[in-house]
Amino acid sequence: MSNTQEFEKAAATSPTAVAAFTTHDRSAVKQIQHVLHQSPWMVPLIVLIGSILVFGLLLGQKFFSPFALTLILQQVQIVGILGAAQSLVILTAGIDLSVGAIMVLSSVVMGLFSFRYGLPTELAVAAGIACGTFCGFINGFLVAVMKLPPFIVTLGMWQIVLATNFLYSANETIRAQDIAEQAPLLQFFGNKIAFGGAVFTFGAIFMVLLVLFLAYVLKQTAWGRHVYAVGDDPEAAELSGVQVKRTLISVYMLSGLICAFAGWALIGRIGSVSPTSGQLGNIESITAVVIGGISLFGGRGSIMGMLFGALIVGVFSLGLRLLGADAQWTYLLIGVLIIAAVSVDQWIRKVSV
Amino acid sequence: MKSLTTLKTALFAAAALGVMASAPVYAASHSVGACLITKTDTNPFFVKMKEGAEAKAAELGVSLKSYAGKVDGDHETQVAAIETCIADGAKGILLTASDTSSIVSAVQQARDAGLLVIALDTPLEPIDSADATFATDNFLAGELIGKWAAATLGDEAANAKIAMLDLAVSQPSVGVLRDQGFLTGFGIDVKDPGKWGDEDDPRIVGNDVTAGNEEGGRRAMENLLAKDPMINVVYTINEPAAAGAYEALKAIGRENDVLIVSVDGGCPGVANVKDGVIGATSQQYPLLMASKGIEAIAAWAKDGTKPVPTEGKDFFDTGVALVTDKPAEGVESISVAEGMDKCWG
Repeated sequence: MSNTQEFEKAAATSPTAVAAFTTHDRSAVKQIQHVLHQSPWMVPLIVLIGSILVFGLLLGQKFFSPFALTLILQQVQIVGILGAAQSLVILTAGIDLSVGAIMVLSSVVMGLFSFRYGLPTELAVAAGIACGTFCGFINGFLVAVMKLPPFIVTLGMWQIVLATNFLYSANETIRAQDIAEQAPLLQFFGNKIAFGGAVFTFGAIFMVLLVLFLAYVLKQTAWGRHVYAVGDDPEAAELSGVQVKRTLISVYMLSGLICAFAGWALIGRIGSVSPTSGQLGNIESITAVVIGGISLFGGRGSIMGMLFGALIVGVFSLGLRLLGADAQWTYLLIGVLIIAAVSVDQWIRKVSV
Repeated sequence: MKSLTTLKTALFAAAALGVMASAPVYAASHSVGACLITKTDTNPFFVKMKEGAEAKAAELGVSLKSYAGKVDGDHETQVAAIETCIADGAKGILLTASDTSSIVSAVQQARDAGLLVIALDTPLEPIDSADATFATDNFLAGELIGKWAAATLGDEAANAKIAMLDLAVSQPSVGVLRDQGFLTGFGIDVKDPGKWGDEDDPRIVGNDVTAGNEEGGRRAMENLLAKDPMINVVYTINEPAAAGAYEALKAIGRENDVLIVSVDGGCPGVANVKDGVIGATSQQYPLLMASKGIEAIAAWAKDGTKPVPTEGKDFFDTGVALVTDKPAEGVESISVAEGMDKCWG
């Protein structure tokens, strides 16, 4: 054994360090890129804080008051909740164009079950939630089992659900006063807690809690990691033992369920059950998701970013209105933000370490 | 030109004959055909319009076919509907146009083919592109609620803080007319009557847009309240927007000291007047527009008479009434009970 062969001697002089990625001599820009790659929600957070500061400086007390700042939370609650549903789907590299429609249909079901059929409100709410979840299941089934592209499936479902909504409701509004009198549970999310000038509606609180909960689930549970895995590379996920179909269906069902809750929150927000509201929910939620830095290619991004994205839109809308700007400027700036967000995302993806 | 028109007429007649030949039962009835084309078939306003048209058509023995755009603003579907009506050999078309200027060429085609085209509710641009227009006087509708608000406030009108909840940034004519009518009625200089938002009266806190629904109404009201929380008069483009504005006021506990006025006269809106959510609303009559329209088409088919516009106006005014239970001095109004009888949707 001691009789070492000649060629083995070289081994003693070879480097002993294990192969490793170089982590030093990186420029500041590279480091920032790296940090942003690790935490994709940082960019929208920075933009959010920046925009609050700018509008605060320009408008002073009017904007920088607890009242105005919590008002923004109230105004984005619906988009925020829909955005949570949208985020889940987009993380699987899908897209859900039917979120707004499912929301409205669910709220209409809740309203009509209480008023047209006279069922107890608890049951009506449960029916609305079941309706939303079922719509989500159809989406999920068509995407996962029938292998249809999510864009097409939800484009179709958007039309189907909206038409169902109008046919079923005959486009009749149920008035806020009647609801307050006979079925106050429908307006549950309109309740509020106020201290000082700050007003937190249950809907706004629900939105924040929902996003925190989903952020935890996505990061810390097996199901959450599977969602990312499916979005990143469904074949690799399949080969690693992830139940891709089951995960996809569960994502769309959960998305439908969240939309139904958005429908419930919508009743709280506008007081009445109105079949014509929420028509732009799909576009607005996708906007929040994109500004929030979630990649439309799936598998990357954080749901917290979506919340910041929704808040950025809210801050811009209210801030610009208070400045007296024409409402068109808001849309223009949001358009700029969307493109900027995706550009930043592309740049971050190029990170080499 | 004339020969071309004749040729076209001949062509359409041939097309119509073809249709009749393939549907002998239909041809045998010799009934007058009419088309109703609305912006959508979901808005209760148009639903009521369709009801009015169907009832009158059944009464006069006119065979009515209804078409509608998929959403408000769906121009293509309306053009296709006009083409279908021409091919179908209809005698006349009742149209609420989504795109009031682009539709003109299709309307001209129908008129050339000998159809009577009546614009309902929404005038075309220019207004004489249609044979007649049956509509609400939207300026008058605004003026009524403006006068009512000013009279109700009395001397306080001089210190009013007014929120203007409009329809859309594109300033469609209906929204502009109501807005400017309200301001005129209230006694405010409107500057250019062709657009809103150019007024400089300090009593106006601001304009915001609502898309004419509850959600938009609430958001717009919140925005304007953030600008000035002491707003005490709110003009709204329609009743859903008013309901949304009320929710925003309720959220800060000011729902009882603010005057909300609106336009439309839909049943939920009139119920809101009853409950004190809305102070007064100007009611319009879609059912009447449609039934008058069918009558006009029947008359046209019979002896070629065209409807004449209301004196002093370039359209046939189907009337508007102020609905309130708190009548104000010098402003004519009808009670909520009466408004309920005539409401739509």
